[in-house]
Amino acid sequence: MIDFSLWDIYRNLLLALRWTIGLSAIAFIGGGVVGGILLILRLSSSRVANFFVRTYVQLFQGTPLLLQLFLVYFGLPMIGIDTSPLLTACLCLTLYASAYLTEIWRGSVESIPRQQWEAAQSLALNFREQLRHIILPQALRIAIAPTVGFLVQAIKNTALASVIGFVELTRSGQIISNATFSPFLVYGSVALFYFFLCFPLSMWSRHLEQRLSRRAHT
Amino acid sequence: MSFDFLAVLSQWPMLLKGIAITLSMTLAATLFGIALGIACGWGRSHGPRPVRWLIASYVELVRNTPYIIQLFFIFFGLPAVGVQLSALTASVLSLILNLGAYASEITRAGIDSTPRSQIEAAESLALNRWQIFTRIILPPALGRVWPALVSQVIIIMLGSAVCSQISTEELSYSANLIASRSFRNFEAYTIAALVYLVLAIAVRQILNWAGPRLIFRRR
Repeated sequence: MIDFSLWDIYRNLLLALRWTIGLSAIAFIGGGVVGGILLILRLSSSRVANFFVRTYVQLFQGTPLLLQLFLVYFGLPMIGIDTSPLLTACLCLTLYASAYLTEIWRGSVESIPRQQWEAAQSLALNFREQLRHIILPQALRIAIAPTVGFLVQAIKNTALASVIGFVELTRSGQIISNATFSPFLVYGSVALFYFFLCFPLSMWSRHLEQRLSRRAHT
Repeated sequence: MSFDFLAVLSQWPMLLKGIAITLSMTLAATLFGIALGIACGWGRSHGPRPVRWLIASYVELVRNTPYIIQLFFIFFGLPAVGVQLSALTASVLSLILNLGAYASEITRAGIDSTPRSQIEAAESLALNRWQIFTRIILPPALGRVWPALVSQVIIIMLGSAVCSQISTEELSYSANLIASRSFRNFEAYTIAALVYLVLAIAVRQILNWAGPRLIFRRR
């Protein structure tokens, strides 16, 4: 049997941490792009587009991410598309993040008073110009705190990619735990790794929220 | 290329068992998790300093680590210090601890938004601290944050799918089993996902209806 020193465990976990960060970044950026497109569809006056986005959000928020991963990983090969854990994880987490980000951003846009839209209309701006010059700059300020908060959720959700065999922090922890027979130490350490990744972001999000509410009151 | 959803649906007793266990776990987690959340929410704003510090660490630790790691730590890690739990017990315990942390933040927001004057009015009627908390502060506070609590319960229910990873026999475990027995992966996971969707919508409706009527007696 090979002996693992504490440093061996930590070095391996640190190496796997890169994949957790990479996957989080892909999910967040991909989710942001798809979420942005969905947001514009949702804000448009088309009823079909509205219905589509509402159903999309309901589907992704109303079913477990775990099953979404299984569905894509085992389901796509059935219709002739080969999947890898990396592709599946990126695709699923992107779609999942987009559903949440659309909802968060829609909430921010809807908190902009109706009169702002009307004022923009009275300036003869079209829908695109209204969004670009009047609504989005204001909504953006409100959206930053919950968006950073969601980044924490996105990072935590990448842990589920471990179940389809993607070797990120959690899967790596499982492998090391099986090899070292010290699950208490390994899972405890993995938890701390996630904590040190997420906690600063949580604090930042809370700080942004407080600053925003202070500004709203003054 | 053909789909056979009936092959999966013919395994309905297994699906039904999974649904029953998922719902029972959710119910237990909801009752104990919200109670834990209220206790922690109160302790964090009214308890002595060490208690506040302890609760704050618990809440931050849970909120900033993935649920699957919490589950693995409880199921695989704790036996190393002599606490051996069955898969079901570990699953329910981890769900309670997870919901408790989120619920404490949610209820604290509700408790903190109680108008000062209402507490003073209750004090002037010579109610003690316990009576003030349970009769004056808590019911309207819960009413204010109920929708947020319900959302968190739904998140917990969907998150419980992860418990299949330590072979707790809930709904996603049933789906895995049916998928591997029938080789109908796509169909099994599609049906399970749709069942979760229906459960999520139904549980939300029920809690939103029941909360105001049964818990804080309002119409």
